[in-house]
Amino acid sequence: MSLQHILDGLFPAGHDVSVHGQLVAGCAQTALGTVAVLGTTDAAAIGHDIALGLAGRVLDVVDQHPGRPIVFLVDTKGQALSRAEELLCLNGSLAHLARCVDLARRQGHVSLALVTGEAVSGGFLSFGLMADKTYALADAQVRVMDLKAMARVTKIPHERLQELAVESPTFAPGAENYLRMGAIEAIWDVPSAALLEAALAGQQAAGPAADERMARGVERGGRHLAAATAAAVVSA
Amino acid sequence: MNAPVANKLVLRRSYFEASARARVAAVLDAGSFREFLPPEASEPSPHLAVLDIPGAFDDGVIVGSATLGGRPVLVIAQEGQFMGGAVGEIHGAKIVGLLRRAVQEKPAAVIFMADSGGVRLHEANAGLIAISEIMRAVLDTRAAGVPVIALVGGSCGAFGGMGIVSRLCSAIVMSEEGRLALSGPEVIETVAGVEEFDSKDRALVWRVTGGKHRYLTGDCAELVEDDAASFRDGAIALLAGWQEPVPASSTLRAEQARLTERRQRFAGLRDGLDVWQALGVAEPRQIPLMDRDSLVALKKGLPA
Repeated sequence: MSLQHILDGLFPAGHDVSVHGQLVAGCAQTALGTVAVLGTTDAAAIGHDIALGLAGRVLDVVDQHPGRPIVFLVDTKGQALSRAEELLCLNGSLAHLARCVDLARRQGHVSLALVTGEAVSGGFLSFGLMADKTYALADAQVRVMDLKAMARVTKIPHERLQELAVESPTFAPGAENYLRMGAIEAIWDVPSAALLEAALAGQQAAGPAADERMARGVERGGRHLAAATAAAVVSA
Repeated sequence: MNAPVANKLVLRRSYFEASARARVAAVLDAGSFREFLPPEASEPSPHLAVLDIPGAFDDGVIVGSATLGGRPVLVIAQEGQFMGGAVGEIHGAKIVGLLRRAVQEKPAAVIFMADSGGVRLHEANAGLIAISEIMRAVLDTRAAGVPVIALVGGSCGAFGGMGIVSRLCSAIVMSEEGRLALSGPEVIETVAGVEEFDSKDRALVWRVTGGKHRYLTGDCAELVEDDAASFRDGAIALLAGWQEPVPASSTLRAEQARLTERRQRFAGLRDGLDVWQALGVAEPRQIPLMDRDSLVALKKGLPA
């Protein structure tokens, strides 16, 4: 699905979003007023430039538009893989981006991430999974590593992993697995203004977002151990 | 068990080579550690059992309370010897629980001994989600006024999601032997080729991800010798008078400016040697040979 198609579906009342390389930035009109739109497209590999580009724009929203909701569009194949990127501590720039998204939350901006294409590892961690809530389009691909590569690295036969993936959401790629485990709030069949506005309105009504993904994972039967383990450590 | 002999062994072992339990015993005040969910009260990961992989009752991470220099702290110590310290569902949830406890208890600090390659692939989705939960919990802990100090000097370093988590902490104490990055050199070599990053070239790996390099570029706050006593002293020194900043746009603007300026200044460089030269080090090739104290002195003398 093209970025234009996604933007038109989410923001029929109008949007002014531009693409800089693979970085997406701008604003759009919704029933809740103007929202900021930030993210990546074409399965971007997140390096320093995209991370800092997004981080700076999040800070602009915080400084210039208090309270404006932020919609993150996620399409990333993961972090950029190069020695030059690592030399300047790429994990530091991704951490900086994550801190900026977190600051926006603390300053009263509701945020929502929508996985429109791919969502992989470090790229997903730095902003998609830092939003208050994360959603995915039906054809989104969410993963750490595909099963064949996982079979190679773990030396477990691919057939065995495929077999286990039928029952367990714990390791195999797929937005549905992340939904069951509580990290994706809902899967949307199409990019829809009604769904987006309902989600943002719900978040605004709920107030400052706590991280409730462990509890969702229990409710949905996809992640049983995390909530109880964390609670046991708190009360030990 | 003969305690004096055990202590002697702990003192003689490098931090890099020590187990997580030995690090906990040696970094914190002697005898002060109390473990939460000790092995006898826990179950190994069922996600590993289903793959016929032997689990560990602590799932590769120890959490608890202790004192450090007489001040109450909460402690996380990852065990690099178990599955590379990688984060699975239980492992991650223990860390998140410890950080949430810190928000309530408000200890003087959380000491986070990172030693991890990142997400445990056998529990890939659970591990990735757990890292995300740890990231938010670290920032919640800091926002509650509790500093989180990362110690990076274990055999697995801090890579992948744990590299991100480490840089979300208030400060990092690192040894020369410690490594801190996002993708491991092996991953980059596999995907981009040996010309891009030769993971067998240990000296190069160290010049790109190692403690001295991260110290010179300001990505870790303290550089210490590879022994537990030095990590202990480094953490105590950092915490003395530490005031955890309130999350604010101005702080992040300053970091944004620092990172952006650095990105432009060092554009195109691919080796620590080039960065050190650009930083004003007269003889970059001497850096790998220098001892810790000389390097700290050298950094103090560099142009701002």
